[in-house]
Amino acid sequence: MAFKSLITKKLWLFIVTGMILLLLPMIAPVHISVVMLGVFGSALAVLGFNLLFGYLGLLSLGHSLFFALGAYAVAYSTQYSILSMELILLITIIVSGLIAALVGAICVRFTHIYFGILTFAFAMLFYSFLIKFYYVTGGEDGLRILRPQLLWLNLSTVPQMQFLLREYYYYVLIFTGIAIWVMWRIVKSPFGLALKAIRDNQMKAEYLGISIWKFRWVAFIVAGIYTALGGALLAPVVGHVDPSIAHWYQSGHFILTTLLGGFTQFLGPIVGALVFTYLQDFLMSVLHYWRFFFGALLAFVVIIVPEGIMGVIDSLLNKIEGEV
Amino acid sequence: MQKVALLNANDVSKFYKEYCALNGVTLEVREGEIVSIIGPNGAGKTTLINVLTGLIKPTTGRVYFRGQDIGGIGPQKLTKLGLARSFQLLHIFPEFTGLDFIKIAILSRLGKAIHLFSSLDKDKVVNKESEEIINMFGLYEKRNILSKNMPQGDKKLLDIASTLAMHPEVILLDEPTSGVSTSEKNRIMDILLAASERTGVKSIVLVEHDMDIVFSYSDRIIVLHQGKILADCTPIELEKKEEVVCTVMGQKECFKTFSSLLSWQHGEGNGHDA
Repeated sequence: MAFKSLITKKLWLFIVTGMILLLLPMIAPVHISVVMLGVFGSALAVLGFNLLFGYLGLLSLGHSLFFALGAYAVAYSTQYSILSMELILLITIIVSGLIAALVGAICVRFTHIYFGILTFAFAMLFYSFLIKFYYVTGGEDGLRILRPQLLWLNLSTVPQMQFLLREYYYYVLIFTGIAIWVMWRIVKSPFGLALKAIRDNQMKAEYLGISIWKFRWVAFIVAGIYTALGGALLAPVVGHVDPSIAHWYQSGHFILTTLLGGFTQFLGPIVGALVFTYLQDFLMSVLHYWRFFFGALLAFVVIIVPEGIMGVIDSLLNKIEGEV
Repeated sequence: MQKVALLNANDVSKFYKEYCALNGVTLEVREGEIVSIIGPNGAGKTTLINVLTGLIKPTTGRVYFRGQDIGGIGPQKLTKLGLARSFQLLHIFPEFTGLDFIKIAILSRLGKAIHLFSSLDKDKVVNKESEEIINMFGLYEKRNILSKNMPQGDKKLLDIASTLAMHPEVILLDEPTSGVSTSEKNRIMDILLAASERTGVKSIVLVEHDMDIVFSYSDRIIVLHQGKILADCTPIELEKKEEVVCTVMGQKECFKTFSSLLSWQHGEGNGHDA
């Protein structure tokens, strides 16, 4: 009985969240709604990151590589007059999937700090590439991103704010919703269970006939694609992309976001993205040394609540359920 | 009539630099047998198991499983061939419920573990079989408890249950009852043997320190000493060979009884799965 009521509570929470997100551009100040677009992109990116971290126990220090790949894929596509957002997202998936397959083939043979260092190295390699090959990448100045077409509709005459808060907002909302649902399917699939088995006890998993490398590799590819999609969705909002997006700062943000939200829960990274993005936005506007504050926050989270926001909520819910 | 040999070691030696861990070991495990491997500390038991399960390649000699050379093929391929292994130390997935623990083994066996988008909860075949297996091990009531929260004996059973869920032909059990209270040892062995029969295991290789278990459950006992096979016979024959074994071992204070000879193995720590 208590369990059932908990399920309906979750369903209610889902409906209410959905309604708020649907109505947000109509009821909230413009600024809040624009930042919400950042939350969507960031949520997909960290969802990919956490497939490796939370479900496989692999800490990637270089997921900015894929985030940048997504953003640059949009920049290139629009520059070469590929304006259909669907086509651009498809290109993003293919390109990031291929790069993740290559990078992953090397990285997943290692675990722990070695995996982290290798991913870090690849990301910084890409960062250097973006800066040095300026005739291709625009160097430190980066590239401009033209407005994409959504569902083949030409929206180039729509004012920028209206485009972002109407057409693009709902486009991204729906896309993110679907992508989150697909990720939910993945972690609840046999594959998701196998990942957790590898995380919990690699040797036992091997003796149960699971080929560790293959599973890690596939997870790495999926994670790379998700993070790239996050970068791709965010790019048209910013309208511009430069190499800083590939810097390890960005990877650090993914880690902080995930820890903040809670890596042990599926919703953790999404909640983390929500809190992190708004907090960052707020702090940047009021504090000059906002990074200092973030550093302190990270230390606080790791020491006091290592299970993150969703971890705390989950244990509270379990407590309530236990008392009922 | 001689039954088919499933697992053979043919004149196997293993050297670690100068040190000789196994010296010309030849043995076979035939269909329908329960074979125990015993021996004092440093006798080479761990090395022998590791060689027999393809984890390490012998320096000389060959190991065959159903006629196929399995020298150093590694755990994943070994399991696919139908030779399973459980460990002396517990190997569990702490965050898994009992049922998930069994499910992952079944999924792996059926080649479904790589399915990215299919629903685990809706897979009736896997759900049904996992419930059957967990029931076989008497853990049905505890199927939704996280394995890290189970008592030691249940963890051990779960570990073995997942191994059996792979439907191996031969299973190699490295001290299945270590770290478990004496009263639980027989329970574990009985459940294990009954479940092995039901899942179609053809032979069992047992490495065990508890001589009561060894003598009451084995069809054949292999005694290993300083990397060599000292005796390979039935439990009844071995009891008669007590004097011989003592003499060969060269212990001056020749042990009064055979079981006391082997009792100093208790508390041994095998390094391989640390």
